[in-house]
Amino acid sequence: MTFIHYLFEPGFFGSGPVHRALIVGAIAALVAGPLGVFTVLRGQSFAGEALGDIGTTGGSGAYLVGVGPLWGFLVFNVAAVAVMELIGVQRRRGRDLATGVVLGSGLGLAALFLYLESTHQSTTGTTVSVLFGSLFSVAGATVPIAIAVAAVVLTLLLAVGRPLLLASANPELASARGISVRLTGYAYLLALSLAVALCAVTIGSILSTALLIGPAAAALRVSARPVWTMGIAVGLAIAAAWIGVLLAYDSYTWPPHHQGWPVSFFVVALVLVIYLGCGAVARLRRPRRAIAPPHAGASDPRAIVA
Amino acid sequence: MSTTTEPPDLTSAPPREEVLSVHDIGARLGGRQVLTEINFSIAAGEFTGLIGANGAGKTTLFKVILGTTSPTGGSVLVGGAPRNRRNPLIGYVPQKFSLDPDLPLRARDLVSLGIDGHRLGFSLPSSNRRRAVEQMLEAVGARELADARVGELSGGEQQRVLIGHALISEPKLLLLDEPLANLDLRSAGEVVSLVARVAREQRVAVLISAHEINPLLPVMDRIVYLAGGRAVHGRADEVVRGEVLSKLYGHHVDVLRVHGRVLVVAGVGDERSGPHASSDCDGLGASVEVLS
Repeated sequence: MTFIHYLFEPGFFGSGPVHRALIVGAIAALVAGPLGVFTVLRGQSFAGEALGDIGTTGGSGAYLVGVGPLWGFLVFNVAAVAVMELIGVQRRRGRDLATGVVLGSGLGLAALFLYLESTHQSTTGTTVSVLFGSLFSVAGATVPIAIAVAAVVLTLLLAVGRPLLLASANPELASARGISVRLTGYAYLLALSLAVALCAVTIGSILSTALLIGPAAAALRVSARPVWTMGIAVGLAIAAAWIGVLLAYDSYTWPPHHQGWPVSFFVVALVLVIYLGCGAVARLRRPRRAIAPPHAGASDPRAIVA
Repeated sequence: MSTTTEPPDLTSAPPREEVLSVHDIGARLGGRQVLTEINFSIAAGEFTGLIGANGAGKTTLFKVILGTTSPTGGSVLVGGAPRNRRNPLIGYVPQKFSLDPDLPLRARDLVSLGIDGHRLGFSLPSSNRRRAVEQMLEAVGARELADARVGELSGGEQQRVLIGHALISEPKLLLLDEPLANLDLRSAGEVVSLVARVAREQRVAVLISAHEINPLLPVMDRIVYLAGGRAVHGRADEVVRGEVLSKLYGHHVDVLRVHGRVLVVAGVGDERSGPHASSDCDGLGASVEVLS
């Protein structure tokens, strides 16, 4: 009993903000898992990172007009994806370029919004909470919206999951089967923008990538099965979010100020620990397959003639 | 599984069941006419080699057949009907596919995606499907690879798994784009004999492209020889002849037979000035150095 007492500071289970934090964290983890796996597979981590950063614009804009930050994240992320598409994010070569252009102009707007906000309120609270998140101050009204957005993302993934997996594994195999690599790419980016918005509410716009990529990358190290990998990623992300919430709650009794450490710090730190842990597990479990030496000259016609 | 292992007798074979017919196909790539008036057909169970040097237009021809590239003219019939983009009659293994080593796909997952990877929605695991996948892995000699990540397999192993992926939807036509490139001789031989066996056992028409003719010679029923954007088609012994290939290349070409191997020797001297000589004969011209 004393151990439990030690682990959970009094009032943890009775606190409304804690409940909301646990729910929102779990919802974000639920969509971040599968989307993160696709993002790592498709090599589009930069797009995920950029969408998170652009969320800063949305989040600060939302404060400016007086609506919940989730709305700002959602609107600006979806708009950013649309603009990235217009510029040409699907072409592998133009992808980083399009992302970079949108990212730059988005952050420019964010600078303006945050400036207006801070001069208006003469406080830096908004900036910190948009950039680094403030999970304990999530409004009650945000929870049903988050659930609805997650439902949309998961429905979309269930629908296009198989073609998207094939297109992500090898675009040529996919298009030979009549799969539109472009359409699956759209669907993926749309789902990604929504998932990143949920991650941004949880741990802040610029940290959102950590929740998106970290657990997925960790899961990819320990599992070779597509659905299991996504499930493991979800589990790891939930673990990071919940343990992060618990530690942040407990940290109210910690030095230096006895005012609590930020949730986002704990979540991101836990993601890193999980990633390193999974790497260690992978090394223990799976002795590397001996990789056959490349047969130099095998494709050389002379080798065949000789 | 062992129905007919001896090669089909072409002279007294029943009427050919045409699986693929290509009529007057032309295609442009980056403003250059890469294919002109290509004509040939393939029947069920036939093993056809598409031979040509690098850059001869083999991949473009595959893309036209698959419907991912539009031809500038002509028509392609697959199973007697105009081909369309979602053609379940065609199985395809692309050239130089790269599969990420971290890809969370086991060999069995990739083969399974061959059944329904193009469909929306999801399916629950079933024992029928599992059995079908295992049979296919067995058929392509990849049963022991079933649980390995595809990205970590060797080139030859990946090739076998991808052939399983292409074949599990029971296509009538199997297109393999340069499957032997980057394989060592032994793996190449294994892939060739595997494909030849599948073609005969499952009555699948196979079109396999290669820049080197010899690995395919023992098993090819027919050959489509591509050079200078044009093609000649026929049995290997009809096509691989000096006068036929000279006409195709538009300059003198010798065909030498040495120890059961064929060397297509393009003259290296004056023909360099010809329109096709330098690029088309790259892969084949190399043989000359060995001889001299």
